[in-house]
Amino acid sequence: MSELIKVQNVSKSYWRDSFEVPVLNNISIDVNTGDFLALMGPSGSGKTTLLNLIAGIDRPSKGNIIINNNDISKYNESELAKWRSHNIGFIFQFYNLIPVLTAYENVELPLLLTKLSKAERKKHVEFALKLVNLGDRMYHYPKQLSGGQEQRVAIARAIVTDPLIIVADEPTGDLDKHSAQEVLKLLEQLNQEHKKTIIMVTHDSNAASQAHFTRHLDKGDLV
Amino acid sequence: MKVLKIIFKNAFRHKLRTLLTIVGIAIAVIAFNMLQTVVTAWYYGLEASSNNRLITRQAVSFIFPLPYAYKDKIANVEGVENVTFSTWFQGVYIDKDQFFTRVAIEPETFFDVYPEFLLSKEEHETFLKERNSCVIGRDIAKQYNLKIGDIMTIDGDIYPGRWDFIVRGIYQPKFESTDAMQMFFHWQYVNERMIVEAPPRANEVGWYSVKIKDPDKAAVISNKIDKLFANSNAETKTETERAFVQNFISASSAIITSMNVMSFIIVGIIMLVLGNTMIMSARERTREYAVLKTLGFSGKHLIGLILGESFVISAFGAGLGLFLTIPIVEGFAQAIPKSYFPVFKLEDITLILSISSAFIVGLLASIFPIQRALTTKIVDGFRHIG
Repeated sequence: MSELIKVQNVSKSYWRDSFEVPVLNNISIDVNTGDFLALMGPSGSGKTTLLNLIAGIDRPSKGNIIINNNDISKYNESELAKWRSHNIGFIFQFYNLIPVLTAYENVELPLLLTKLSKAERKKHVEFALKLVNLGDRMYHYPKQLSGGQEQRVAIARAIVTDPLIIVADEPTGDLDKHSAQEVLKLLEQLNQEHKKTIIMVTHDSNAASQAHFTRHLDKGDLV
Repeated sequence: MKVLKIIFKNAFRHKLRTLLTIVGIAIAVIAFNMLQTVVTAWYYGLEASSNNRLITRQAVSFIFPLPYAYKDKIANVEGVENVTFSTWFQGVYIDKDQFFTRVAIEPETFFDVYPEFLLSKEEHETFLKERNSCVIGRDIAKQYNLKIGDIMTIDGDIYPGRWDFIVRGIYQPKFESTDAMQMFFHWQYVNERMIVEAPPRANEVGWYSVKIKDPDKAAVISNKIDKLFANSNAETKTETERAFVQNFISASSAIITSMNVMSFIIVGIIMLVLGNTMIMSARERTREYAVLKTLGFSGKHLIGLILGESFVISAFGAGLGLFLTIPIVEGFAQAIPKSYFPVFKLEDITLILSISSAFIVGLLASIFPIQRALTTKIVDGFRHIG
């Protein structure tokens, strides 16, 4: 399989007042197309920061992140925004759905940035919602859905643009066991049947076991 | 789903808060429009003033009279077409709350110098013939249900005694700005009684109104008139009617200025009300803006969403305010005596000012939330607890 993500000697630090707080120390990691990678580690180990850097929502202090032969660490904000809309699907721990929009409208959101017609958008949204088994809950608002259903809407939103990579930050962290299992099954399905490259941050070893391989982070270092 | 739909959904996410903000804006718009309408009504007298009329008054003060004998001298000044005079009579009609202008005039010349008071030929002729007759404005006739032949009794104060006048004419205003709440009667009728009852006050007039041929020569003619009476016991001050009216208005300039200032303070209040709502909304949605940015929405999209929401709320508030202003102004115009504000109506300029103020307020109120949404990093946005 071809190399899709190359994280090269990446360091990241934050500033708290006048103190520099290192989060990632000279990390290098490669991910191939179709991989399902789990990132594990204790709180503060830098796993979410690494995920954010790969997803292009944060920038490294040092090093390069090359995705599909594009060095995204050199992109400016608007280039990154455009790149994200085409290449990345996000799944968050707390779903992050827009409460005033229905499930359908939430899933349609990323498509508003494309040139697709209304009918084409409808086709994509319905496909994505059916894929996550929510074809019958399209016009429900987030508050009318269970946590597991909300997360499935979030997954539908993440895949509706057919992105290259899906990044998931603790996707089962806020769910009961049954719902968590459903979400993990969906991720596996996306990886196996739809050949999506998935990077997932998790604390849960059971969730990590669904991935092809797991990398551990501790205090900003890969161990 | 269109972006406009998201804007509307966001604007009415907290229905009570948005409703209160809209009502707040509407009340402020009504207050702004009312104050501006009062200010413009105040200046209506200026609009009604003619540019081919001069007013000659006593140089010391308007309250001091001028000799009747000045009339012919003024009429002989080069450039003067006609001269008339008036005397402030005041008095009480029914009771002291019934205020309207009552002046003694020279009927032969008055309606030529003031053609904006439209009187039929027949009524004018009857008025000329009967010394104790009067002409009243359309609005006085309407307010007191008066008709030709009725008697109006005035209880004199400046000119003491009981004064009975027979209504012989009802004039119509030529322009919208013409005051239709005035009462005119013969100066001679008053003067004859002064000759008998108060001889020192006889043969005096309040002021002269001078019709000139060329408005461009107003300054020259004014100088000529005043020179005629220089160093006399009653020196004159002649000025254009506009300047004369402006002097009256300037006496109330502090009130008008404070009304103007207040109306714009109200615009500031609208901005604070809407700004507060927008800041609260934007703070609550910090996380959502981070989500939208993550999905690929650019700064331009966020500006559109926040600005659009601010405009929607300000437009609803301004719309409601304008909708309510019209009947309120009309009701106010009905309730206050016509003599206070002969013309009290919502001007186009007031509407334009309030609409553009609401537009500017919508724009300004969104600046801080936009700045916050744009500068907050995505990762910081996700950490935010709204």
